[in-house]
Parts: sequence; structure tokens; C-alpha cells
Amino acid sequence: MRDVAIIGVGMIPFGRRDEDSLMDLLAYASLKALDDAGLGDKSVNAVYVGNMGGGIIQHQTAIASSLVDRLSLLPAAAETVENGPASGGSAVKNGLLAVASGYYDYVLVVGGEKMREVTGWKATDFVSTMTHPEVEYPYGVTLPGMAGMFTRLYMEKYGVTREHLTAVAIKNQDMGALNPYAHVEMSISREGILDSPHSVVNNPPVADPLHLYDACPVSDGAAAVILCPLETAKKTGKPPVLIAGFGQATDTHTLQERDDPTDLKAVSLAAKQAFEMAKLKPADIHVAELHDAFTILEIAESEHVGFFKKGEGAIAALAGKTKLGGQIPINVSGGLKARGHPVGATGVAQVVEITFQLRHELPKNRQVKGAENGLTVNFGGFGNNVLAFVLRRVQQ
Amino acid sequence: MPLDMELEAVLRPPALEMKPYPPKVITLANGKKMVVREAKREEVPTLLEAVHPTLFIPRDFYDIVGARLYAELLAWYRYRVRNEYCLVGQIDGYLVGIVNGRMVDEKVGMSYHTLAIDRGLRIGAHLFAAKMEHHIEYLGQSEVLIVAESPIGFRRWMIEYGLEPTEIQHELGGPDSYRLTREMYFDSKPRLVVGDRPAPRDLLDYALENVFVADEETINVKIAGLKGR
Repeated sequence: MRDVAIIGVGMIPFGRRDEDSLMDLLAYASLKALDDAGLGDKSVNAVYVGNMGGGIIQHQTAIASSLVDRLSLLPAAAETVENGPASGGSAVKNGLLAVASGYYDYVLVVGGEKMREVTGWKATDFVSTMTHPEVEYPYGVTLPGMAGMFTRLYMEKYGVTREHLTAVAIKNQDMGALNPYAHVEMSISREGILDSPHSVVNNPPVADPLHLYDACPVSDGAAAVILCPLETAKKTGKPPVLIAGFGQATDTHTLQERDDPTDLKAVSLAAKQAFEMAKLKPADIHVAELHDAFTILEIAESEHVGFFKKGEGAIAALAGKTKLGGQIPINVSGGLKARGHPVGATGVAQVVEITFQLRHELPKNRQVKGAENGLTVNFGGFGNNVLAFVLRRVQQ
Repeated sequence: MPLDMELEAVLRPPALEMKPYPPKVITLANGKKMVVREAKREEVPTLLEAVHPTLFIPRDFYDIVGARLYAELLAWYRYRVRNEYCLVGQIDGYLVGIVNGRMVDEKVGMSYHTLAIDRGLRIGAHLFAAKMEHHIEYLGQSEVLIVAESPIGFRRWMIEYGLEPTEIQHELGGPDSYRLTREMYFDSKPRLVVGDRPAPRDLLDYALENVFVADEETINVKIAGLKGR
């Protein structure tokens, strides 16, 4: 198997992009990544597109086939990868394996979603189609609902409070305010969303005990990466970023079948696989992008990947250990909370963000100084299909 | 041409006595303080400047809300509508939202429009709540008749307040009105109506003395840009 590196990345600002179609979003991000890679007139051999909702929201399928034509990348191989909110991560994995195997030399991976062309209710319903079709969906279970129940259990078991969740929300919004790609470029205050009696309107419950600012926004957006063999990447001008490790694991479809619903086994397993492949430990990671679709998930994932012991993630967040400059900066991009969560884009966007970090390209107020190793966790379903990637800056 | 005041007296509708809306201050999610106060009639030209850019923003039906609000404010300014009031929200002096309505009679209120110029901070929700507070608590009315012209409005008013449908034609000429009763208002108040009174003198004085309108491009970006929840 060959070592695989990232030689180009591209992302477009997430948000409400009424003027752009899903294909526009995918094309813009792809072109930015192709430019960044400096491929010139060399084309790519294959294209993997992470997308969850094209068939439902846009009533459009075979998206990858359409994209290669639009980008004049014919006759590149093309596939759409649908794996719920982990579609982006799965697309990266497919690209990685294709290059690692030696079958393809240059692969474009792009993830994108256009969710704001339907009402919030319909977007929530669309995301809920990943729940169990017989024992969850018909009873009205939504992802915010699941996250609310999960949070309640986590609070009971580990003493997590709204204060801890608020610390994550404020940190990620503060970072999102500095990220031009973020959907919600706005800082929030503890007074405005927790302490003041006015917070009852500013930050209403969405799925008790989770409130509005505990949840990511519904967003449009896309992100892309170009993969190639490490040896080829070393010949380019930019510092190559090696995909040093990856892992993927699954868990029961329904939460109720798990021995302990607060135990995110697939997160632990995926991260463990990625660390073993990279020959690194959690303590070696300098920056992480975790899948904080809800604030509780950042806390839980920070424990399950091994940054903190179980029950200590919330304390660490409140103590500022996950801020820029802290013990392990998490979601310096603003995370899903502020950057947004166009579901098919997220797994790719996390890899793009860590690539920015490892290339040391970000402005000082967002750059983790001297970052060499980064981790991403892309969380599908409610933790039933999880992908983790360990990325490493390669010294030239 | 000077007004013919004799004819003007015929054209101007008689007005009910309307109790003033006491100003309040609301802390928003970003920690900023929004002053909510009743606008004075002589402020209407400034308010129209703030509303004007929205006439050309189709997103979320801002154009229709803006055009109607513009006309309603003008009618109030030039005495062609009866018993109208207008409340405004200001942050650091900047107008961030405008709401209006009128008294149909002593008992019944007619909600007109809610225009959030800055978005993503629940300014519309806060100002609509202030409008209901004015009708029920200060004007002492029994009920308010309401319609929504956008899906967002429907979610914010009809669903969040649990309004009841009626067969009463709303003055805006669209669908039949929904009704907010005193009982429904006071049931909803703990979770939907907030604000500190008396408004701190320094904040209120600043808001009264400095009424700023953002430039057209800023208003466009805030309402129809990529960002914001």
C-alpha cells in the first residue's frame, strides 16, 4: 500500500446559498481544490462525491456522474458516496484506498449538501431518514431528539451541566466568528444564552436539555481535497499532508440496543484504528476537528478518542483546555456548531480544516502554533458509523 | 402647497387615546443590549430610510413586508390611519427592527408587521413579543388579530404562541386572522416575553438621541446574505 497525501484543498463559505445549486457548490469547491493542488493540465483519475440528500431534497441522483462532466474531468471514474452525515468521511476513505492501492494516482474527493432550500422542518425530517425505519422514524424520533436523550443520560452519568455545554457553544462560536468559511460568524455571550433571564427567548430548548445554541445550523456548503501518492506530493511546492491513519467502525442502528447508550463504541474504535495505523497516541495530536452537531457530542467524542478520561471532557471544556492555546484545541474552525453542517460536506471540511492547520496557513488567531498532527472524527447516524483520520505534516 | 386644514380635518380619522409603551432593554444572545421603545411620529422619515432597502429583497418575503410597512408608516405619519403605533429595536443606536399595529377599538388589536433588519439574534421574536405586550398589557386589549406573510412568521407566531384560527378577515387582506387572547398571552409570557424595566437611562437616552440606519449594502447582507442562522 502506498502512503497517500493531500496536495490540494478547497472550501466555499458555508451558509444559506440561495443562488447556487447543489452542483454549483460541488463544482466551486472542486475547482478551488484543483487550483490549490496546482495540477495544471493533469486531470484526476477518479472523483468521489460525498452527499446524503441529493436524491431527497434536490430529487437528483448520480451526482458524481454529473460533476465530472461539469468539471470536464471525463473520462475519470466517478462515484457518489452516501453514508448519512459521515458521507464526506466515507468519500475521503474511498479516495484514500483508491490511491493507496496503486490503482489511481490523482483523486478528487468532494463533499457537499444544499439543505436550505427546504424548511427547517423538512431538513430535520430528511436527516431523520437515517434512523431505524421501523422502531425509530415512525415514532417521530429526530436527531436533535436523540441528542437530547443522549445528553440527559450523559448528565446523569457524568454530571455534565448546561454550563459545560455552554462553554463548548461559546468557544466554537468565538472561533467561527474568525473563520470566513463559517456559516454563523458570530460570537455569543454566556449572559445572553445562559445567565440572563432573557436567554429563555434567545436560546430556547430545542430538545431538552439541549437548547438552540447547542445545535449546529442547517447549512449549504461544500469542501474538496485532492489526493495523490506521498512521493508525488513531495515534488509539489506546498507542505504535503499525509493521511497517516484512518479508522471506521459501526455500532447498532438503534440507540436502545446498546448496552450503554452513552458509550460511543464506534468513535473509540475508529479513533483507535486511526491512531494505530499512524503509530501515534491521542497525546501526540495537536489539533482536532470533532463532529459537534450538538455540543454534547464534542464533549463525548473528546473522551472517546482518548483526549480525556470518561467524565472529564466537560470539565476540560469548561477549564479552557480545548480552546486555541489549550491542551488540545478542538474545533478551531468553529466546528459544525459555527461553520455549519451541510451533512455530505462535513467529513471533507474537517479534513480541509486540519490541512490548513498542518500547512500553517491560517491567521494567528486561528492557527495552532507548530501543529504537526491532527485528528478528525466524522460521526454518522447517532454514532452507528464513524470515521476518523489522523493527518500528519510531512517535513520536506 | 399648504394643507387645507379644514379639509384635512375631514380626511384625518379620529383617534383613540393610546397609552404609551414603556421602554425596556433586552440582552441578546451576543450580549448586546437592545433598547425597545415606542417610536414618535416625527421619527417616521428615518424609519422609512431603514425600511426602504427591504422593498427589493424577495428572500423570506421581506419585499412584501417592507412595502406594506413602508406604506403603513407613511399613513401614520400623514394621518391616514387610525390608532397606529410603532415600536423599534435599537442596538448602539442602530435600528435593528420595527414592528407596528393598531387598535381597531378598545378591545381588539390588529397586528400589522414585524421587520427584523438584523437577523440571527431573535430580534423579530423579541419585537413581536413586545408588540403583543403593548396590546395586552399597556393598551389593555382583550385580543390581537394576527396573520403571517412568511413561513418564518407562521412558525414564530402561530406555532410558538399557539394562536387560534378565526374566520375574521385580517386588515392586510390575506387569509383569515389568528387570535391571541389575554389568557394565551399570559400563558406564553414566561417563555416568550422578556425585558428589563425601567430601561437604564443612559441606554435609553442614547437610543433617543442617536437613531442610526445602516447603509443599504449592510442591510442587504444582514437580511439576505450567506451568514446567520
